Amino acid sequence: MTVTAPPAVSRRRRRTDRRPPVFLALPALAGLAFLTLPLAGLLLRTPWGQLPARLTAPGVLDALRLSLLTATAATVLCLLLGVPLAWLLARTRFPGRSLIRALVTVPLVLPPVVGGVALLLVYGRRGLVGGWLDSAFGVTLPFTTTAVVLAEAFVAMPFLIIAVEGALRGADPRYEEAAATLGASRWTTFRRVTLPMVGPGIAAGSVLCWARALGEFGATITFAGNFPGRTQTMPLAVYLALEQDLDAAIVLSLLLLTVSVVILAGLRDRWVGGLR
Amino acid sequence: MTIRRRADPDPVPDPGPAAALDAYLVVRRAGFTLDLRLTVAAGEVVALLGPNGAGKTTALRALAGLQPLHAGHLRLGDRTLDQPEAGVLVAPEHRPIGVVFQDYLLFPHLTALDNVAFGPRSHGVPRRVAREAAAGWLDRVGLTGHARRRPRELSGGQAQRVALARALAVRPQLLLLDEPLAALDARTRAETRAHLRQHLAAHTGVAVLVSHDPLDAMMLADRLVIVEDGRLVQSGDAATVTARPRSDYVARLVGLNLYRGSGDGVTVTLPGGFRLVAAEPQRGDVFVAFPPSAVALYRQRPDGSPRNSWPATVSSVARNGDRLRVELAGPLPVGADVTAAAAAHLDLRRGERVWATLKATEVAGYPADPDRTILGGSQASDGNSSPGGNPGEHRGRDA
Repeated sequence: MTVTAPPAVSRRRRRTDRRPPVFLALPALAGLAFLTLPLAGLLLRTPWGQLPARLTAPGVLDALRLSLLTATAATVLCLLLGVPLAWLLARTRFPGRSLIRALVTVPLVLPPVVGGVALLLVYGRRGLVGGWLDSAFGVTLPFTTTAVVLAEAFVAMPFLIIAVEGALRGADPRYEEAAATLGASRWTTFRRVTLPMVGPGIAAGSVLCWARALGEFGATITFAGNFPGRTQTMPLAVYLALEQDLDAAIVLSLLLLTVSVVILAGLRDRWVGGLR
Repeated sequence: MTIRRRADPDPVPDPGPAAALDAYLVVRRAGFTLDLRLTVAAGEVVALLGPNGAGKTTALRALAGLQPLHAGHLRLGDRTLDQPEAGVLVAPEHRPIGVVFQDYLLFPHLTALDNVAFGPRSHGVPRRVAREAAAGWLDRVGLTGHARRRPRELSGGQAQRVALARALAVRPQLLLLDEPLAALDARTRAETRAHLRQHLAAHTGVAVLVSHDPLDAMMLADRLVIVEDGRLVQSGDAATVTARPRSDYVARLVGLNLYRGSGDGVTVTLPGGFRLVAAEPQRGDVFVAFPPSAVALYRQRPDGSPRNSWPATVSSVARNGDRLRVELAGPLPVGADVTAAAAAHLDLRRGERVWATLKATEVAGYPADPDRTILGGSQASDGNSSPGGNPGEHRGRDA
């Protein structure tokens, strides 16, 4: 009896551990259904027979290429500007820092269309910066591929900044002090100690940022317009197709979904997996 | 050229002739002021010893340049590293220092080898040469074959050695160690202490270490500097400090009963009015100290020679090594060490009344003003030691 008792106790305990309480399990299942049902609907309605023809229709691959290109360019831009900004927010103290942190996250809560209007007002031909760019360099930003990148970066950068700032806050700044006592300059310390230590956070932030940029719609269509081959990214193409041909919209959506899932899954295993 | 490099594992330029440290560290913070004068000769190892919150680590950070001074100065040889009044502040990366941090702070993403090579590389040494030098340092600390390990794959003692190698690899003129053994278990600690001692002895520059463990401090350092509440309380070699404590903190560390009183011949009058007879004549403001083992306990008032005897009440009995530490309340609150047999014979229990005796020859008296011992004079001084006027204070806290 005494010999068999311990396994019985542990088995019982394991069984209760395994079964989640109903008040959590039910909403969890509902949430899962809510998120996956639309995707299933998309798959069910896909005109599989027409797929090859639809995918090779003129403009589809152009839109895909443009989407991948601009999302990647926007992510690079966000990294170049966002990581230093995140460092500033996490590692330094200055008056108005909390205000700046709030400002940085504004694009998160701003409707993207409003963001696009704001971008247009600043970088448009008559805008604050755009007017100067036009008169000084003859550069016009709106309705160009550059504008797509800017719109995507504007909307996606907060995702990167929040992730990197969190990683920096979690990283012990005393490692940077240790580097300084070993004779490392601020730049060497940043490059050889800070960056590697927050690497997983930067990777996770980049992935979020890239995914957000890839799906960007509102700011892009407002600031960059919808010109096939130049500013028409996949979400814009889906929207346009929806007006004319539902099947085309479904195929485009499926393509966008597949590409982003494949790329994110691949990155997750290689980089973000290191987080756990 | 390659052979020459292999022969000399130190590609970091020689720091030049060893320089002495001359520091007056003043750092102010809310509710705390560090006000510490510290001079250390080249080749000398000084331990800052004090209770938690005394300002030891702040002092170390000020020496490293991680905490700028608010006043005072910091000079190493003829080079001023920090002097707020003159507007001089040399950043940590430009100081000839090496720091071993309390939890080592080995870079987790670098191997042991690259951790040690980090300093030389930051000083502009090419990668390959820096790695050769780092391998040499790992050899010296006895970690040959551990070069490729990451910090998380090292044991505590090994990590400590890598941290030491990393600090030494930049050939510092000023070596700073913050609680270098605190993170180790007792067994590793003794071994690492002996190892660290060798390297400190070989170090030609100034070495300052911080510890709250008197054994570590005494074993590793040539001189102890006792810091309490941001101030220097006492400085001297281990023998002096342990024989003549100048604060309750030190007295507790070395296990002595310590009182401050007024000497008049061999009699020292304590603030409570108790008169203690010491071995040597004393004058003026003096400390008197004696070991708990010098106190003998009796059931009845003893006859015979002890010059000091008084009635006392047992306030606590606790095991202390192979003896029992008996805390006594009464006119002179003291700790007394007795054997277990004696305790049983005396039937010592809390609240029991006993007689305590103390031979005058066991009572060491010395001037409260530390300068007076050297000068032989009787200069009035506010004294930088402040054990307080209440002789029973520390006993009460002990209980």
